[in-house]
Amino acid sequence: MIPSRHMAKHSQTEAIQQAIEVQELAPPASGLPSALRLWRRWRQQAVIPYLFLLPFLLLFSFFILVPLLYALWTSFFVERLIGGTTFVGLQNYQEVLHDGNFWEGVRNVLLLLFTQVPLMLGLALGLALLLDSQIVRLKTIFRLGYFLPYAIPSVIGALLWGYLYSAHIGPFAQLAELLHWPPPPFLTAAGLLPSIANILTWQWTGYNMVILYAALQAIPPELYDAARVDGASGWEIARRIKIPLIAPAIVLTVVFSIIGTLQLFNEPQIMTAIVPNLIQDHYTPNLYAYNLAFTNQQYNYAAAVSFVLGAVVFVFSYVFMLVTYRRGQR
Amino acid sequence: MNRGLLFCRARGMVKAGLLLLLALSISSYLVACGGTSASSGPVTLTFWSWVPNLQQAIDLFEKSHPNIKIKWQNVGSGGTEYTKLTTALKAGSGAPDVVQIEYAYLPQYILSGKLVDLSQYGANDVKDQFVPWTWAQVSSGGKVYAIPQDTGPMGLLYREDIFKKYNLPVPTTWDQYAQEAIQLHKANPKIYITDFSASDGPWFFSLLWQAGSQPFVVNGTTIKIHLDDAAALKVANYWGNLVKSGAVSTAADWNNDWYAALQNGTLATWITAAWAPSDLEGFAPKSVGLWRAAPLPQWSAGEQVSANWGGSTDAVTTQCQHPAEAAEFVKWLNTNPESVKILTQKLYLFPSQKSALQDPSFDTANSFYGGQQVNRIFVESAQQVNTSFQWSPFQDYVFSQLQNQLATAVNGKISFEQAMHNTQNAVVTYARSQGFTVIS
Repeated sequence: MIPSRHMAKHSQTEAIQQAIEVQELAPPASGLPSALRLWRRWRQQAVIPYLFLLPFLLLFSFFILVPLLYALWTSFFVERLIGGTTFVGLQNYQEVLHDGNFWEGVRNVLLLLFTQVPLMLGLALGLALLLDSQIVRLKTIFRLGYFLPYAIPSVIGALLWGYLYSAHIGPFAQLAELLHWPPPPFLTAAGLLPSIANILTWQWTGYNMVILYAALQAIPPELYDAARVDGASGWEIARRIKIPLIAPAIVLTVVFSIIGTLQLFNEPQIMTAIVPNLIQDHYTPNLYAYNLAFTNQQYNYAAAVSFVLGAVVFVFSYVFMLVTYRRGQR
Repeated sequence: MNRGLLFCRARGMVKAGLLLLLALSISSYLVACGGTSASSGPVTLTFWSWVPNLQQAIDLFEKSHPNIKIKWQNVGSGGTEYTKLTTALKAGSGAPDVVQIEYAYLPQYILSGKLVDLSQYGANDVKDQFVPWTWAQVSSGGKVYAIPQDTGPMGLLYREDIFKKYNLPVPTTWDQYAQEAIQLHKANPKIYITDFSASDGPWFFSLLWQAGSQPFVVNGTTIKIHLDDAAALKVANYWGNLVKSGAVSTAADWNNDWYAALQNGTLATWITAAWAPSDLEGFAPKSVGLWRAAPLPQWSAGEQVSANWGGSTDAVTTQCQHPAEAAEFVKWLNTNPESVKILTQKLYLFPSQKSALQDPSFDTANSFYGGQQVNRIFVESAQQVNTSFQWSPFQDYVFSQLQNQLATAVNGKISFEQAMHNTQNAVVTYARSQGFTVIS
């Protein structure tokens, strides 16, 4: 980028700012009383921002805050088919903590978190660096291509992969049959979690890559020029300049992934129709909460399960941020 | 999966806006239809049902009842519909006026008090037109909570070509069935005699029903639960041994793989119900002419005991503003001779009406089954259904527990017998926690 253009932009904004200040400081031309002037200023500074926030606040409270509080409220009760609703305090939470089904689900999503997420984010980072480097051509096409799976609704994606994985009608199985091999063990007890991990990687690598790529674009190119003058190679630039500078974006993708993985729902919910023996009603905590509420009609208990899951998500995200923050301090 | 927090929030907003619009349109709709007593124009009833092509019967009804309009919606079959229905009933609005419910799920809706007692609209007048066990399942005392629509007396569909090729007779007892399962799989390891789907609780329950198991005896809020009685353990062990021998497949049913297996000869039989013959034509069209129907195999040679799997009723919900009209519709749909003829002969529902079972035009040869009079097998089966079988008032929960346990057993982690004991314990605990008095 040319420095002079930079300067021009800068001075332009400065000029606008000065103009605003002059307007505000200038004595009232029409001679308004000072109280009214103060009221106007107060209105401008204190009220108007909130007016702009109002649509968001309204929707936020209606569709997030109120349901959340309602769910919290429900989780303190037990509704029986006979005898109606009674307040039970924290009893539902106590049961969740001792519920083997719930923790089995948590174990499944944690396994995914510790295997699939590093793999996916490593891939995303690698692809982002490649796209940002000088060696790749047709960048737009590649960028769109990697991002495309994210544009496919995850339900459709899961259905598609379910077909691809099928041991009878799937293309891989048919290819294996042609070669007289046993069908690939995608949907077996051992293969299921890696198969789901593969769907997630397919779907979310491009999304994370775009976040990282956007962060890379924001790095001032002068830094690269300086590094090159100092004799740094492309690899060294990536390792010593690019990655440290996009660290906040990497942290962001990790936090998104922690939240998303722990709340995994769509893929197992769709694939349970194909392999119900392997994906039971408590395969992930969210699936468990859903089935408790809508199959077993244990709405109160489902609410408690959701809040405990929320706590687990919070703990993992918080611990991760704490660790990275500490490291940043050193 | 919800990783795109930022994106999804934007999407959530759009969704929220749409929901708001929907809510507004629904409330205006309710206002429009709410004015009951003074309504001079036609009454509109919403009707949830997953029977395909039902519009034919509805058109006929609307022609003879100009003051009632039926808005038929297919919101999904079985469990998909119940999830929506339960949620709408609990929410207090959004449920249809008339709804299709399978026999097994009726008690839970009756218990929650969300179905209209149709006896006040003369439902008992049509009682004698129905097969007795169906009426027993829709009524309690003198109260009637639904009108039987169709039934599913059980039988065996089998591939005549495969049985002929491997020189096997059609099994008449379960012992013979198990022996032939092993012989068949040995002769051709690609063929399984059938598929044991642990995820099909209603299907497994029909096997319990035939074996004479009596898992529930309900008396008001007192309930006797015996999911691991001798008959149930007999059925569980039987299938446990077959699964262990590897002679039956354990894939899930009702998905594309399963349809393909029925079509390409991987599965040699389907233990199923009277509505299945027409379904099979739909999902295995290339196997035309190869299938035949036979009576359900028996536990003791010479017996004639059958069971029911599936079949539905039509009920009126308490959210209905026009229960009299709705009651008239469900009665008419399932008793009017023209309507019954459409249901049973054009839509291939297996009748719950005595007259339709005896109708000679119902007993026609079917070319998909090599010209066999398939319905005849199931009409006989309908006479042999054990009539005292009862469902629990929380059958959704029972099915989900049973399915969990059977799946664990199929995966080899516990025995099938243990699966039944575990289901029993879970259901007893649940029933107690729901306020029932449980006796054993």
